[in-house]
Amino acid sequence: MLEKALVGDKRYWTWVISLMAVIGIATLFYLRQYSEGLGVTGLGRDVTWGFYIAQFTFLVGVAASAVMVVLPYYLHDYKAFAKITILGEFLAISAVTMCMTFIFVDMGQPFRIVNVFLYPSPTSMMFWDTVSLSGYMVLNIIISHVTLGAEKQGIAPPKWIKPVIILSIPWAVSIHTVTAFLYAGLGARPFWMTAILAPRFLASAFAAGPALLILFCLILRKVTKFDAGREPVQTLAKIVTYAMAVNVFFVLMEVFTAVYSGIPEHLEHFKFMFLGLEGNSMMAPWMWVSSILAVVSLILLLNPKARRNESWLVVACIAVFMSLWIDKGMALIVTGFVPSVLGAVPTYVPTVTELMISLGIYALGLLMVTVLYKIALSVRGQWVSKKIVETQRSPVKAGS
Amino acid sequence: MGIDRRKFFKVSGLTALGLAGGSVSKVFSSEDSLGTVAPVRPEGPLTAQRWAMVIDLRKCHEHADCNDCVTACHTTHNVPKWENPKDEVKWIWKESFEHAFHDQEHPYQQESLKHLPALVLCNHCDNPPCVRVCPTGATWKREKDGIVMMDWHRCIGCRYCVVACPYGSRSFNWRDPRPKIQKIQPDYPTRSRGVVEKCTFCDERLARGMLPACVEACKYGAMHFGDLEDPNSNVRELLSERYTIRRKPGLGTNPEVYYIV
Ligand code: SF4
Ligand code: SF4
Repeated sequence: MLEKALVGDKRYWTWVISLMAVIGIATLFYLRQYSEGLGVTGLGRDVTWGFYIAQFTFLVGVAASAVMVVLPYYLHDYKAFAKITILGEFLAISAVTMCMTFIFVDMGQPFRIVNVFLYPSPTSMMFWDTVSLSGYMVLNIIISHVTLGAEKQGIAPPKWIKPVIILSIPWAVSIHTVTAFLYAGLGARPFWMTAILAPRFLASAFAAGPALLILFCLILRKVTKFDAGREPVQTLAKIVTYAMAVNVFFVLMEVFTAVYSGIPEHLEHFKFMFLGLEGNSMMAPWMWVSSILAVVSLILLLNPKARRNESWLVVACIAVFMSLWIDKGMALIVTGFVPSVLGAVPTYVPTVTELMISLGIYALGLLMVTVLYKIALSVRGQWVSKKIVETQRSPVKAGS
Repeated sequence: MGIDRRKFFKVSGLTALGLAGGSVSKVFSSEDSLGTVAPVRPEGPLTAQRWAMVIDLRKCHEHADCNDCVTACHTTHNVPKWENPKDEVKWIWKESFEHAFHDQEHPYQQESLKHLPALVLCNHCDNPPCVRVCPTGATWKREKDGIVMMDWHRCIGCRYCVVACPYGSRSFNWRDPRPKIQKIQPDYPTRSRGVVEKCTFCDERLARGMLPACVEACKYGAMHFGDLEDPNSNVRELLSERYTIRRKPGLGTNPEVYYIV
């Protein structure tokens, strides 16, 4: 099926080559980081994990959110998701790849990563995270390959795939739960040591992931012949609404516990995040933007009229995605280190190198999404770009 | 790989015994004169069931500008010296009391405590979170004497242990440390960039029958090192006679470095 990705019109190739160029530039930055060490990042003694690990955490959520289309379709036989299930699975595969790449670039000795498998350490949550993420990747590759292959031949997928799909549902929940356990079990870091971390991770994932999927569906409708249809997009919108509401509720519960108890080691982190601590208020503006975006998105989503209007829905989805990206992709990890275990208030600003490498990894993810979506839609003969359709050329089959 | 290296250490420790015989007796006598007798066996490695340290902060305060222990440790172990605090690598250092004992400080504390620094190092916790989180077993608690060890050849540099240590005891090599080592000691390994390091209670010296470098360097008898399981040891004696505190005892890590304040 891969050959479907190798043929395409000019627009397709311009996009693919631009992404490759970004990846190429990022690789140069990575080579510099590799030869000089992680000292070229903004990380240091006090803030030991930063932008990379935060992106990893956020993207595990995006990967897990595929379950929000897989579950209704396969468990409840919700036919409206028939067309987009594969998009969810391919998004998951791309997101897991990005996660793994972010971990790779964060390692001090990346080529020793095999040691995780050579000396399996079941007491380490990082070991379990590796196991659950790789397993999830394999599951999604098998499922998408088999179902799409069957679709290509116009036959029903083989029976044995059903239990594999069912297994992928709790597995999706597990990847984000174990990722939360990476942080939630550390006595050294009171900010993360809260039982609600995993539920909160899941809620924010189930809002951000489907929001992204809605955006992808609408983009595909614009640039290809593929139309997800109104119903699946609206159902996804409802999922985003519920998940976002639950997420905001969970955040407020955390704020209450920290503020009302007034225990400094919990409170100080929240102070840093929203107000600033000892003159360091680098996170506060971001958190306020995130909070405002969350409120705006909820106002739009909870109002059925706005939600049903696709232009407003786009605004709401962008707001949800940005709000949660700031929350998880910037604030959550760094705030765990401020104040530090010794009570210092360090500053951390990602360097250009760090940002460029991250951008490259996102480009890699987008490239995978593009190629995989192209394959999926080509198989269904829906890839043909709008321009060609509109100019009434003979409807060439699937960019081939 | 790591196992082989550990074995190698054992063997090299044993062969080094012959060479180190002279210095052992020197250590022994200098310790004797301070009256903090550790269970020294001049003809063999120093052993214990549970190594522990007692630091007398009052003595440190009397000699506030003394930095001998830190210098001794860092030169013995090829610890680099970075100008930028964010790149810093340190095994033992002076931290302000309010930072070292974050939860026990109050605004009206004795002036001496408030401003005078406390020596901090890896606590060789009995229940070490750093060991629990390591995905490769590159850091582990040695069963025979409780020392929390590091294998720099197995460490993948994920820094999970740095995140999990509640005391900031671990350092990551953000850059290649070698150019920043003032004088490389050939008998101790240097590290490469991208791995974590920390105090190991001088396991390499214990194997040669010598006390930790910091304890040996302290001229004022502020540092005591001994076996916690031996009821007659120097550390047990101090712990039963003096009021001592530990850092963040509420976390259940069971630090094995005790402070007399
Ligand atoms: S002080 Fe930190 S590094 Fe040392 S044993 Fe305890 S947790 Fe581990
Ligand atoms: S940095 Fe090294 S020692 Fe620390 S947890 Fe990772 S692999 Fe283990």
